[in-house]
Amino acid sequence: MLPPVEPWLVLSFCAAIFFIGFTGILIRRNIIVILMCVELMLNAVNLTFVTFSKTLHHMGGQLSVFFIITVAAAESAVGLGLIISMFRTLRSVDTDEIQLLKE
Amino acid sequence: MDVSPVFFYIFASLAIACSLLVVLKKNPVASAFSLVLVFFAFAGIYALLDAHLIAALQILVYAGAIMVLFIFVIMLLSADTPSFDIARTHISTRMAAMIGGLVLFGLFVWAFRNNTYLAPTGNFTPENIEAAGGNTRVVSELMFSEYILPFELTSVLLLGAIISAVALAKRKGAAQLPPGYKGKA
Repeated sequence: MLPPVEPWLVLSFCAAIFFIGFTGILIRRNIIVILMCVELMLNAVNLTFVTFSKTLHHMGGQLSVFFIITVAAAESAVGLGLIISMFRTLRSVDTDEIQLLKE
Repeated sequence: MDVSPVFFYIFASLAIACSLLVVLKKNPVASAFSLVLVFFAFAGIYALLDAHLIAALQILVYAGAIMVLFIFVIMLLSADTPSFDIARTHISTRMAAMIGGLVLFGLFVWAFRNNTYLAPTGNFTPENIEAAGGNTRVVSELMFSEYILPFELTSVLLLGAIISAVALAKRKGAAQLPPGYKGKA
């Protein structure tokens, strides 16, 4: 039978998702995918909060997740606005094209 | 923890597989749909951990609102053409990112494994939450009493986000490029 789920296992799962997102931010060049990787990292942190809320019998973790979800929604709205603005200027969503300061 | 192992392993493996797809897929639309599956798997894990309100919010806000925004921008910019940009990243950057990620992940697993966890600090045991009327009622009562200040600050944040998003997206014309700018060399 499967081993029982310990807190460290859930936290390690969160770390796995977090570092998948981290690696994605470093190796991808498409700015939309980079923003998706940021969302992955935020989700991993949210699950860490919920796990600690469960193990410590404290509700502060779940309240923090509520506020983080709000901030993430605001962040992606502004981020996608920036992407549209970047696309209008450069006609591309590639981060290699952002080199205006080199001129 | 009183979590069903079968469902946890199903959701966890689904989330890890789909988040790898988010990073590795060539097409941004495929990445976006993998991300939707990751969000649903996370919602399942929240429900397993007795965070029912968070699970519902995860589906409503992330899988609903944020993903629609992503898909909308991908379609608006016709950016759904496959571009395997990982191959353009320098090999040393790729190796450094992957090794750094793996090393940090191993460090975190080691720290979580060999940590002495604190004793429970709150009194929100599952029985107490059940007696107080369930997870959603407990979270909402806390939100409008103890956490009212961050809740109100959130509304200011959302107002700022709305104004800045409109200001960014509604600007007339493109920004001025320097003369002779040719883009990527």
